[in-house]
Amino acid sequence: MSTHDNTPAVVDQTTHDRFPNPGMPPHRPRRADVDERASRRAALQVVIFFTLSALGSIAFLVAYYVIDPELKGTIIGIGEINLFHAALGVTMAMSLLGIGLGAVHWAKTLMPDEEVAEDRHPPAASDEDKAAVAQQLSHGWRSSQLNRRTAILGSAGGALGLFALPLIVPVAAGLGPRPRGELYRTHWQDGLRLMIDPSGAPIRAADVTQGSVFHVMPEGWVGHQAFEEHGAEEAMISKSKDQVILVRLDPSIIKSQKQRDWGVDGIVAYSKVCTHVGCPVALYEQNTHHLLCPCHQSTFDMTDDCKVIFGPAKRPLPQLPITVDDEGYLVAADDFREPVGPSFFERERPGLLMGDDA
Amino acid sequence: MSTTRHVPQGADGVRTDGPVVDEAPPPAYSPDQASRDAKFPGVLGPVDERTGLVKAMRFGLGKVFPDHWSFLLGEIAMYSMVICLITGTFLTFWFVPSMGHITYDGSYVPLKGVGMSEAYASTLDISFEVKGGLLMRQLHHWAALFFIVGLALHAARVFFTGAFRKPRELNWVIGVVLALLAIIEGFAGYSLPDDLLSGTGIRAMNGFMMSAPVIGTWMTFFIFGGEFPGEAIIPRLFIAHVLLLPAILVGLFVAHISLVVIHKHTQFPGPGRTDGNVVGFPVMPVYAAKAGGFFFVVFGVTALVSALVQINPVWVFGPYDPSQVTAGSQPDFYMWFSDGALRLLPGFLEFTLFDTVWSMNIFLGSLLLLPLVFIIMGVYPFIEAWVTGDRREHHLLQRPRNAPVRTAIGLAAISMYLVLSLATINDILAIKLQLSINDITIILRTAFFVLPVIVFFVVKRLCLSLQRHDREKVLHGRETGRIVRTPEGRFFEVHEPLDEYERWHLVNHETPTPLALTDGAERDVHGVRRPAALAGGLRRSLSNFFYKDSIPAVTPAELAAAHHHGEHEALDTPGAAAAIGQHGEAVSDIPGAPVSGHVEDENVGAVRDS
Amino acid sequence: MTSLAALRRSPIALLVVLLLGLTFTGTAYAALQPTAPTTDVAAAATQAEDVEEGRKLFLANCATCHGTNAEGVDEVGPSLHGVGAASVHFQVATGRMPLPAPDVQASRNEDQVKFSEREIEQMAAYVASLAPGPERPDAQYLDLEGADIAAGGAAYRTNCAMCHNSSGSGGALTRGKFAPTLMGVDEEHIYEAMLTGPQAMPVFNDQNLTPQEKENIIAFLKFIEEGGNAHGGAGIGNVGPAGDALFIWTIGIGTMIALAVWIGRKAA
Repeated sequence: MSTHDNTPAVVDQTTHDRFPNPGMPPHRPRRADVDERASRRAALQVVIFFTLSALGSIAFLVAYYVIDPELKGTIIGIGEINLFHAALGVTMAMSLLGIGLGAVHWAKTLMPDEEVAEDRHPPAASDEDKAAVAQQLSHGWRSSQLNRRTAILGSAGGALGLFALPLIVPVAAGLGPRPRGELYRTHWQDGLRLMIDPSGAPIRAADVTQGSVFHVMPEGWVGHQAFEEHGAEEAMISKSKDQVILVRLDPSIIKSQKQRDWGVDGIVAYSKVCTHVGCPVALYEQNTHHLLCPCHQSTFDMTDDCKVIFGPAKRPLPQLPITVDDEGYLVAADDFREPVGPSFFERERPGLLMGDDA
Repeated sequence: MSTTRHVPQGADGVRTDGPVVDEAPPPAYSPDQASRDAKFPGVLGPVDERTGLVKAMRFGLGKVFPDHWSFLLGEIAMYSMVICLITGTFLTFWFVPSMGHITYDGSYVPLKGVGMSEAYASTLDISFEVKGGLLMRQLHHWAALFFIVGLALHAARVFFTGAFRKPRELNWVIGVVLALLAIIEGFAGYSLPDDLLSGTGIRAMNGFMMSAPVIGTWMTFFIFGGEFPGEAIIPRLFIAHVLLLPAILVGLFVAHISLVVIHKHTQFPGPGRTDGNVVGFPVMPVYAAKAGGFFFVVFGVTALVSALVQINPVWVFGPYDPSQVTAGSQPDFYMWFSDGALRLLPGFLEFTLFDTVWSMNIFLGSLLLLPLVFIIMGVYPFIEAWVTGDRREHHLLQRPRNAPVRTAIGLAAISMYLVLSLATINDILAIKLQLSINDITIILRTAFFVLPVIVFFVVKRLCLSLQRHDREKVLHGRETGRIVRTPEGRFFEVHEPLDEYERWHLVNHETPTPLALTDGAERDVHGVRRPAALAGGLRRSLSNFFYKDSIPAVTPAELAAAHHHGEHEALDTPGAAAAIGQHGEAVSDIPGAPVSGHVEDENVGAVRDS
Repeated sequence: MTSLAALRRSPIALLVVLLLGLTFTGTAYAALQPTAPTTDVAAAATQAEDVEEGRKLFLANCATCHGTNAEGVDEVGPSLHGVGAASVHFQVATGRMPLPAPDVQASRNEDQVKFSEREIEQMAAYVASLAPGPERPDAQYLDLEGADIAAGGAAYRTNCAMCHNSSGSGGALTRGKFAPTLMGVDEEHIYEAMLTGPQAMPVFNDQNLTPQEKENIIAFLKFIEEGGNAHGGAGIGNVGPAGDALFIWTIGIGTMIALAVWIGRKAA
């Protein structure tokens, strides 16, 4: 009706009158309060809920002992599923929902629905309590002579400050070995053959056709053999840092001379461990020669010494120098010449971890 | 004429006279009956003499809880936590927290003869050999997700309604710590099966721990017991997941609930509700039935979901092998914001200083972001209290629109969080929406900075206009949608005035004004700004930022003025006034609503005694 | 299988069902299997005819982009010398070629295959006659008899899962390219894709993955397709935690909140 701006300038609350709180609104009775039939119906509904719950519990036990755990079937809208699992879950849900819905329905329809008010009291203590506490503290302080015996105070403080150390230090220090040279080495070394993971077959240079990709582990570190010979812990460490991706590129599109020199006729091997947080950079696009990490989308250009062209990684993937042995199989010419995997603080200064060994 | 009564304002502004007469017919039950039958149960006597139980019962059974669906969000979290404890205990009977290597020989064909850790093999056994084990696993995982969703929504409810204000700041901080622990607990549990997906998560965790400046390498070696993956991380995460973190979680949770009991629950403002009371249903019997029933409802829904919807099918992913990875490697959603930050942060943030490597592209999004988010959340109540200078206790909640800047800040923060979270599923978005993953990443990088600014301004404007709308409604009544044509050919929409109970919802809130600090001169005699004055200046400008656009609630005087104004306008044409008067009366058929049209507006705004 | 038909599954029964299912989906195709190459004179004559027919089809349907002698057209279509019969069969029989319009990558479109199996064979014969290339797979590697599903799974996770997802549901590559889902793909097409490396996909020649290993991988994928992983209810898109998150934030918490609203509301 009126179009004027009804927003006044900021007003000071204290000088203005305000509407009073109108108090609790009148109570409006429910159907079950005034109609005996509605009330009986509500009670019956509650009983039905509770009964359904009991039936659900029994059905669960029946399903548990009677239905074959391998039984499968198709449920419309969901597809083929294991019916044993579904039956257990649905009967359990029925057993629980029956109780829950019954209790709530009961509370809503039959229990009193008139709201009541309870007064609040500020959590702070009364002045009397405060005075008593002040008295207690002061009494404790003085009667224990802490106000006069500063030596006790100091030594007690020192003792309490140190007693936890004998408990904490052995735990903290015992958690793990300190890092030394591990991060700078892998299991690759001169002469180790490149093996297909997981079959463990050696690779001839001729087998690596353009466009193909080989997931490679060092000789002696593939499949079950690695676990049997080196134990699970060492085998898993090997898997986490020795993994290599091998492709053949047209030598003419390789941009770096170093990359060409460390490969064999365009066959190049790179660490598969992302230099970001260490996921396997395993997605090789053979038409663009990009390597993509599925974890955080760091993208490396294989034609340009695996430099990062997109994503959160900073450093290129380390290249493994390879050559061909007398039988025509691809072998490593050396270990990686830099640490593989995620960056770490001491990466460029091995001396910080290895001391004189560096 | 007017019967306006000036009662004390603010916390105790309840009208104390003339309680509303309840016209309902006699109920099926009245408290007198209970008094007649009341008999102290004898069995409690000996217990009470030894424990003092009855005093506690008297305190507990009479406690009043206000009824609102949003107060149940925290209960969803609480009950889900209990479900996790129950189902988790079940799982520990079969789970083997070991990274020892074995060859699988169970009933799942595609993994027969495959080497894997005992942790993974025992998870497969729980899924396929233990009857009902898969249901328990899925219950445990779904309940964990419900726990964190419930917790997040509960925190949002508390934030947007201002429930964190004095005296509840400490409880908010406890809640924030609970949230942080909950996601760490979730991550630890998600990692335990040692499948390909969770192993990739641990690999990323190893990478981001390594990025910590100076101590990263050492810390990683200590936590993993050596080089990645080692054989220690699963047993260690296991004991953290089943003992250490649950103990802290339950302990803090008890403190959280105890403080709720001490403070009593907050309530939404409404007729009869003040800062000095709590209006709702007593524990005995209504709230016990509702809250107890809701536990079974939450459990039941989780069971139904677990029966029909697959979660974390570890057999699909295969055992963890550090040289393998699957497309769509995401953690559970509560870790998305951190993982998304790792996807968005550009690589150039890593730099080398004196031959030492500083991986800010990783560190910022993980080790720094995780605690930072929770620290910012934790300190917010104290910042707001400092800015407003409000030291009073608050037990009445605010409608989000009545705190426009806070609401806007909250939603802007949520928009940043969502951008980071969406970044985590950039690969899924790319295939589902047929977009380029690179474009999505670049758009989200921009959105992280731009979106919160837009959201802030839009939300703030929206809140202010909703407040104006509320004023409009109080001043001119509710639009009825009925158009009246006067004999002169003018058209009016009939507005129906609000009754005092409806109106109270729209006028009860306070309107803060920017602080006018008057604590001394800003500069000393030499004209140098004093440090305190500097802080004061910041505080004043923040206060201004929060409250300069405040829109106050309608006052009785304004309402009266509006009606005089409307009356004059209407009385330009007597016929029109008559028409409005008629129709205004005709529609006032709501029980308890005072019948009044614009023509008799002297009485509007006045409190009527029934 | 119907919802009521109880099917007891021991591992062996499972394998039988698997093979039955494969026979089911593969029947139409199996009838059209090319016969093993022979040195028979008659067969050679048929082959020459096929090449000629294939050349005609090629000129009519493919030459615009790939050149009249399949030598390729710069920036439009690659040379087809040496891609082999397997590549032609894969691209045409899955409906990827002829490409309806230039796009980041060709998508599978089996409803739009406008050539008969015979015509595709003829085109394949023509392209194969230009330069030697991978031939279509031997039927013995497509029947999945005696295939080792577990070994297939291990090879799949090392070589395929990073792009196609461990559940075979596909994944994203850079700049809008993607690895398609492997569910519902014909055995031979999967084999040919591994052998020829279409589009962004790398080549897995027989030295990298032996024909037996390829068969194992196909058997593993067919196991998933037949519902072998369907334990514990409906998978939401089979995309891991993203599906779970979508469910819990919509239907999951939506149900809970609806019930909470019901509890908080006064009864009528």
